Amino acid sequence: MEAFTTHTGRAVPLRRSNVDTDQIIPAHWLKKVTRDGFEDGLFEAWRKDPEFVLNRPERQGATVLVAGPDFGTGSSREHAVWALQNYGFKAVISSRFADIFRGNSLKNGLLTVVLPQPVVDGLWALTEADAELAVTVDLVARKVTAGQGERRVEAPFELDENARWRLLEGLDDISLTLRHEDDIAAYEGGRPAFKPRTLAG
Amino acid sequence: MGRTLAEKVWDDHVVRHAEGEPDLLYIDLHLLHEVTSPQAFDGLRKSGRTVRRTDLTIATEDHNTPTIDIDKPIADPVSRTQLETLRKNCADFGVRLHPLGDTEQGVVHVVGPQLGLTQPGMTVVCGDSHTSTHGAFGALAFGIGTSQVEHVLATQTLPMAPFRTMAITVRGELPADVTAKDIILAIIARIGTGGGQGYVIEYRGEAIEKLSMEARMTICNMSIEAGARAGMIAPDETTFAYLKDRPHAPQGADWDAAVAYWKTLRTDEDAVFDHEVVLDAAELAPFVTWGTNPGQGAPLSAAVPDPASFEDPSARLAAEKALEYMGLSAGTPLRQIAVDTVFVGSCTNGRIEDLRNAAAVLRGRRVADGVRMLVVPGSVRVALQAVDEGLDTVFKEAGAEWRHAGCSMCLGMNPDQLKPGERSASTSNRNFEGRQGKGGRTHLVSPQVAAATAVLGHLASPADLSDAAVATPAGV
Ligand code: SF4
Repeated sequence: MEAFTTHTGRAVPLRRSNVDTDQIIPAHWLKKVTRDGFEDGLFEAWRKDPEFVLNRPERQGATVLVAGPDFGTGSSREHAVWALQNYGFKAVISSRFADIFRGNSLKNGLLTVVLPQPVVDGLWALTEADAELAVTVDLVARKVTAGQGERRVEAPFELDENARWRLLEGLDDISLTLRHEDDIAAYEGGRPAFKPRTLAG
Repeated sequence: MGRTLAEKVWDDHVVRHAEGEPDLLYIDLHLLHEVTSPQAFDGLRKSGRTVRRTDLTIATEDHNTPTIDIDKPIADPVSRTQLETLRKNCADFGVRLHPLGDTEQGVVHVVGPQLGLTQPGMTVVCGDSHTSTHGAFGALAFGIGTSQVEHVLATQTLPMAPFRTMAITVRGELPADVTAKDIILAIIARIGTGGGQGYVIEYRGEAIEKLSMEARMTICNMSIEAGARAGMIAPDETTFAYLKDRPHAPQGADWDAAVAYWKTLRTDEDAVFDHEVVLDAAELAPFVTWGTNPGQGAPLSAAVPDPASFEDPSARLAAEKALEYMGLSAGTPLRQIAVDTVFVGSCTNGRIEDLRNAAAVLRGRRVADGVRMLVVPGSVRVALQAVDEGLDTVFKEAGAEWRHAGCSMCLGMNPDQLKPGERSASTSNRNFEGRQGKGGRTHLVSPQVAAATAVLGHLASPADLSDAAVATPAGV
């Protein structure tokens, strides 16, 4: 998994609450056999509307999603995270995420940032007024910054130390386990000879 | 303090233990099939990883495979893609695969044991909840998600949170007409579909000890339907005899060393379970489900329950909804429920003894008019054995359809499905809404009850057949 230290990018303000995983990626996309190629399924139903924020020309290439409360509720499908990442999002900001979605996102290296709703409101206002505005999500300093002068947003956020460390180091579960490869090899050295093998030789 | 069987197997697989972290467990056998593995392989590719132990990994095709015309291209593009993807992944990563058409192909949980790959004291995982089946050998076997599949492929280990232990003791002797399927359905009805949550169940007691290996697999298979992490039965002479001389069973001195180890895998006298349940075998009877989860079952002699009779409000509501979906009214004797379809197969009851037991009931009889009966062996080996014993002829002469091996109507991912409103008696493990086809209605039963139901056209046990002289079931 890619390490996440700090990221600066343009934003997509998504003024909707309770966006469930079925809206993020509809069930019929689950038949796919890869982890990529989900970008066209992201918010598929809403994308049919040319006015939907993601379809606006000025939002192309944006990498930070500023979402409403209770983002990622519903089914536990990891595909929702993959779809957001495949589309190009590096971070999602919301005042509240569904637990499983948040767990899945952090496991996959998509940073989900919880900020108070008034701050999210501020980010919505800023990024709606200026599509070029850069939003910085800084995991080292644990804060989100955007804009200049009076309307500047600078908001600290919390993330548990373990999840933060894993993101900063770019460690997925597998890399973490592989840090103990010596232990695995040692265990393998002591396995009884009578244990079965699927391959001959 | 002594340890339980499950704790012993766990302890023997701890690669790394650190305070405040889940234990890292070594995995002895990783089974793969086409549905839950593609993204795992894709993940490996993305991160440039390989399969750490191809020699502890094996794949087969089961969920999507057709059971007729297997030499023709698969019509459904999604099914075809999943199978083709598995073939490519196994070829790319060097994993042994038994594809459709191969002699060792079949439902993953039937294939592992029959090859002798599932042995006592092992850790076995598969991206499939019915991996609990392998616990019948005294293995710690559990289903995992796709991310965990990738984790095991890459590291041959899994970080695992600790579990609690539950003993379910079935004491005394089983009545002659009661089978393993009846035992497990009765257990789930007793403890509920959430009753096993967080537990590894150990089944014990005389009634369990007397069961054949295949019957034990039927019991452990459905542990997951009680919500349990896994189900286990301590290995004994029955287990050793089943394993002896199987293709992957230890040979010579290895066999002796293995048996010596396997004999240590019993719960110590002074071990304490976190929870205990006791059932009297003598009180058990042929059991069928009337609702839409495996816990909604009753003895065949009972009637469809009145939802009002459930004290717990959520159980009452669940019963109301189930009766509506199932198109049943309270008070109807279960024996009066007519079916259109009978399915014998799946990783619960698709092994040779199951087919023998169904055939024993059907021999010399006919499937009732208007009833379609599908017999789907759990694996190609099971099918070949059945043909060897002439069971296929018994089924065909009775008017049943003899099919090719696979999961088939257990979940209807292939063309074998119920139509909306159709009702089945099925030897599989899940009677969820739409499980066997959209709008389909499923009654879970044993192979014997399935066969008797096929003959009479309504839920029935062999004892209901007018010329009731049926051979005593084998294996039970
Ligand atoms: S037979 Fe049914 S329960 Fe068993 S693996 Fe296949 S689909 Fe799953």
